[in-house]
Amino acid sequence: MQTFEPISGGWAIVAMSLKVTLIFTMVMLVVAYATLAERRVSAFIQDRRGPNRVGPFGLLQPIADGIKNILKEETLPATASRVFFVLAPILVLFPSLVTFAVIPIAAPLPTSAGVVDMIIADVPIGILYVLAFSSLAVYGVVMGGWSSNNKYAFLGGLRASAQMVSYEVALGLSLITVLMLTGNVTLPEMVAQQQQLGLWYAFPLSLAFILFVVSAFAETNRLPFDMPEAESELVTGYHTEYSAMKFSAFMISEFGHMVTASALMATIFLGGWDIPFWKGDDAFWYQGQLISGFAADGSALLATPTWWKTLLTFGAFAAKTLFFLLVYIWIRWTLPRFRYDQVMSLGWKVMLPTALVYVMLIGGTILALDEIGMAWGFGYGLALTAVSGVATIAFVYFVDRGRTITGAAAHLSQRVEIKSTPQPAPMEQS
Amino acid sequence: MSITVRVMERPDAETTSYLRATLSGMALTFKHMINPNKVTQQYPEEQTDLSPRWRGTHRMEVHADGRPKCVACGLCPTVCPANCIRLVGGEDDQGNRYPIVYEIDEFRCIFCGMCQEVCPVEAIHVGQHFENAEYTRDRFVYDLDRLMEQEHPVTLLWDPSDPRSE
Repeated sequence: MQTFEPISGGWAIVAMSLKVTLIFTMVMLVVAYATLAERRVSAFIQDRRGPNRVGPFGLLQPIADGIKNILKEETLPATASRVFFVLAPILVLFPSLVTFAVIPIAAPLPTSAGVVDMIIADVPIGILYVLAFSSLAVYGVVMGGWSSNNKYAFLGGLRASAQMVSYEVALGLSLITVLMLTGNVTLPEMVAQQQQLGLWYAFPLSLAFILFVVSAFAETNRLPFDMPEAESELVTGYHTEYSAMKFSAFMISEFGHMVTASALMATIFLGGWDIPFWKGDDAFWYQGQLISGFAADGSALLATPTWWKTLLTFGAFAAKTLFFLLVYIWIRWTLPRFRYDQVMSLGWKVMLPTALVYVMLIGGTILALDEIGMAWGFGYGLALTAVSGVATIAFVYFVDRGRTITGAAAHLSQRVEIKSTPQPAPMEQS
Repeated sequence: MSITVRVMERPDAETTSYLRATLSGMALTFKHMINPNKVTQQYPEEQTDLSPRWRGTHRMEVHADGRPKCVACGLCPTVCPANCIRLVGGEDDQGNRYPIVYEIDEFRCIFCGMCQEVCPVEAIHVGQHFENAEYTRDRFVYDLDRLMEQEHPVTLLWDPSDPRSE
């Protein structure tokens, strides 16, 4: 039987260069078309047609936008801090693109020189790398807001920093449960564990999934959490003073964050490139061998990677990622923006305690399941699903009582009675 | 007289539900997203049906032999509230009056249609037409030849006995 060895030597460098080029191009392409998708979906939601003039179905619109942005005048406000003003778009663009490096996009691809993992950098710190770089993006936002020397931009930057810090906590804590269940922090390992479990983490860790999605929305500054660029309050927030390509860099980074966050949600909670109900695509490295799982007696079953399995799994990954992208856009054009105090109280009073309690609950459940000697597998996943389901229902029940997000008028203590007041009669015209 | 402030009835904290409202809102937007009936009109390809009483660009009616029907009576420059019609009348050998100069400044015109109403020989009309874009401003002063070249349908006058033009 043919054995599969990881690619090494000179061909590894070639494969790496190709992967970097391919994934970077793909992400930029998805970002470009996400801007078009946003405009068209928003149009559809509002019973309009959206941009459909440039090319068939408006497919060349992103290119037209790009050309326009390059040809526009770059402005530099007279009172802006020059260095930081130029640095900010770079700092905000770079982390949003670099995060994609640790996300596996498909099953390993066999070539004549060896098996190529479809991931740019399988770094052992995995998810920590993602968290570190996604937090770096806020530096660019704050810097852009501050260096513009504009009060609205400054307020936007301030809000961004406060919001990022608040939701980073819930985001990290909701991931702890995933790390406990996986026993590792790398994303390929998470995909492999979900394949072995036979259940995507969205089920056994349903509450973590909800918390992660909400936090990810807040982290990417998308509605209903777009406090930093609240148009109706702050012009456009931190990038008010930016124009042309620098503004475009902020837009690209926002959509880049969306794409990365969608890919992360798909990878961590929806099995990444795993095709559901099919064992044939499972493949991960175990003691130097590419295996698809373990037999009942504990011996390793060798995986059979083929190029079409790589393509199919990439399709699955793309479908899941695009689904989350669509949800991002869909929610943006459905929900109104939170008030600032609502964002803060949701982050600190709801998300953080829930995540903390949930970490304790899942930790305790995993401990108890291991203690009673339950075998790792589908049953294990189902037990966790039941516990998480109860926790999710309790969480939804609590949130749904309206104690968390309400308008000020809904609080009886804050209600103001305004009665009609008689006005003095108008003076007679003499 | 008193100013009254209307206080909106808002649901209490106990009955407000963010999650349920969110879900029903998303269902609503999804319904619109997949709804194929869009209100946008694809303008240059799809034209709006103009009302028969739409008052747009002017048009001068012509006789079969190509002369304008206008008799230079001077009623339209008199009635024109925007003072946009310039008329210099003349008389030929048989004593027929005809316009030597007849110009309408479409920038000044307010498209009230009174020139059409007042015309005794049904020569000048406003028409069912609105695409008047030009590259220079002086192209908007339509002279007699230009007015006679226009081919769009003319506006129906309002008939008091049939106020809804049925």
